[in-house]
Amino acid sequence: MQTSSRLVKWLISGPPLLFLLIFFVTPSLIMIFTSFRLPGEFGGLAPVKLLPGEVAGDSGLTIETYQFFFSDFIYIEIFLKSFAVATITTLICIAMAYPLALLIARSRKKFRNLMIMLVVLPFASNFLVRIYAWMIILGPESGLSHFINGILVFFGIAPVTLLFSPFAVLIGMVYVHLPFMILPLYTNLEKHDPILLDAAQDLGANSWQRFWYVTWPQSLPGIFSGSALVFIPALGMFAIPDILGGTGDIMIGNLIKDQFLGTRDWPFGSTLSIMLTLAVLGIAGLFSWFAKPAIRMT
Amino acid sequence: MALLEIRNVTKQFGNFIAVDNVSIEIRAGEFFTLLGPSGCGKTTLLRMIAGFDAPDGGQILLDGEDIVAFPPEKRPFHTVFQSYALFPHMTVADNIGFPLKMSGKAREEIKTRVAETLEEVELSQFADRYPHELSGGQKQRVAFARGLINQPRLLLLDEPLGALDEKLRENMQRELINLQAEAGVTFIYVTHAQNEALALSHRIAVMNQGRIEQIDEPSRIYNFPVNRFVADFIGKINMLNAWVTEVSPVHLKLKVEGLGEVAVPAKDRIKVNDHGVFAVRPEQVRIVPLTTAIHTEFQLNGKIKDFLYIGDVTTYIIELSNSTQIEALLPNSVPGHTKPFEVGDTVAVSWQEQSAQFFPD
Ligand SMILES: Nc1ncnc2c1ncn2[C@@H]1O[C@H](COP(=O)(O)OP(=O)(O)OP(=O)(O)O)[C@@H](O)[C@H]1O
Ligand SMILES: [Mg+2]
Repeated sequence: MQTSSRLVKWLISGPPLLFLLIFFVTPSLIMIFTSFRLPGEFGGLAPVKLLPGEVAGDSGLTIETYQFFFSDFIYIEIFLKSFAVATITTLICIAMAYPLALLIARSRKKFRNLMIMLVVLPFASNFLVRIYAWMIILGPESGLSHFINGILVFFGIAPVTLLFSPFAVLIGMVYVHLPFMILPLYTNLEKHDPILLDAAQDLGANSWQRFWYVTWPQSLPGIFSGSALVFIPALGMFAIPDILGGTGDIMIGNLIKDQFLGTRDWPFGSTLSIMLTLAVLGIAGLFSWFAKPAIRMT
Repeated sequence: MALLEIRNVTKQFGNFIAVDNVSIEIRAGEFFTLLGPSGCGKTTLLRMIAGFDAPDGGQILLDGEDIVAFPPEKRPFHTVFQSYALFPHMTVADNIGFPLKMSGKAREEIKTRVAETLEEVELSQFADRYPHELSGGQKQRVAFARGLINQPRLLLLDEPLGALDEKLRENMQRELINLQAEAGVTFIYVTHAQNEALALSHRIAVMNQGRIEQIDEPSRIYNFPVNRFVADFIGKINMLNAWVTEVSPVHLKLKVEGLGEVAVPAKDRIKVNDHGVFAVRPEQVRIVPLTTAIHTEFQLNGKIKDFLYIGDVTTYIIELSNSTQIEALLPNSVPGHTKPFEVGDTVAVSWQEQSAQFFPD
């Protein structure tokens, strides 16, 4: 009994474990290895020995790319800026998703599925197509641009370009990630027992107090999982800054993509990826530490 | 003046009348119970008192002032829900302190009063636990403590003991009586368990299909039910079809279908030839072996058909000569005697005239 159930457990969890081992751990190890090498002249990695008798390449391993990363503040700055963009995106998503998720969770059952379907409907069309659509919406000839600039000019303020700005990047980021906040929040809010709101009201809580002391604290696990689903992909995003952002709006994702596809400096690209992974892990660690009280109650 | 006066309150759901022209006066300090079968409108009435639903007609007066327009948070009443409705994300102490916090009490005062209350309900060592870490009885005590801590004018309890097992329920009943006496808070208690209502209440309102059938003290409800529904719903009662043959100021003469004539105490508004039931409670029925029968005026002959031995008492089921059945409850109080009658014994069944009643259809 004991051994056979253990066998079943391994049989069930074996294939996905194997999959992760091959397709996640192996590339990660290759990346780590690559980050300690030097780039080849036309991409790839430099051969172990460049010239006979050259010392640096003896083992083929070096920490030069890491030194390079910390030598110029520009990289850390792009890191910080990316974190800021991802954080702001997450906060805006929380602010926008919460009322909507609450509305869906509190509406009648037969309408809920319809509304959830509307939330996930954009996934039916291609991500890049939708971002290009925003390019048109925010473009200088769009109705939106004309409308906003019309108002600005009316008040004697210089007109603005919406596209290729940090503002456009944020709009795109929030637009793409919003469903990932709405869905876990809705799943959480839908499970709240409505009798608790009755109880709170009965014990003297007004509508604001009912939200703040009953609904909000119970929804924290939903907010945490939604934040993870938004923050991490937002941090690594490169398509949106590429398409909607200006030259100054690049994020880590763009930088990494550039190292592999543009500059062809694989070791530095690997280093950047590893730094990003470490940063995300660090943040996830901090997060789960702070989320502990919220997790205890469930 | 009554603390709470419910005046001609009606509530409809679509065409269905859930509460039908109900009027009740509840006195300060009272343990008042709404008793009735499932679906009779008890919860609906309680929700209107708490303020969750508005009546379609009638008034609810607190100290003579109509409070129908007040939302629940503005009414000085607290509710103990059947499912306890404890906040899962708050500790026991925070749950109990919640009403004080909502009424804007200072942090220090909340702390000391929560500590006192925890002491009273013997939950001090559970102060920092979460509700899911408590047993059913402990949750129940937290719910009572939370309902009482801010000294509401009324505590509304909707079948609060329904989810507990029988032994625990008995203990909690005793605790509830003590809690109510100590706190001096008026209770409106909802239940469909008649024994619970009889054991706990100062007064009971028996409800049926949205209407009040009778409001009275437990012993009067039991001994003097106003109609057939109340008699049948509260405790056990034998009912035999009968009609009135003679009406006098002191008693009614009845003819029991297929059996003889009997007499019951007089009753208002009863005429000769009214049909209904002759009713007598099992513990009022005496049975003696037919051989030793002392002839009383009202006596029916029968045979022991079956019995139900439950330790302290035995219920005998006696088949009468017209093959209807009647139950008699006998205490097993004779030492060394297991049971005085056997199945098949022929017996005489009798009762005192005062203990029987007639209920017209
Ligand atoms: N919101 C509602 N909509 C429609 N009908 C309702 C609603 N609430 C209650 N009812 C109906 O009103 C009647 C009384 O319900 P109520 O909950 O007051 O009964 P109850 O006496 O508390 O019963 P129980 O002992 O089962 O709790 C029931 O027939 C119920 O179906
Ligand atoms: Mg009910």
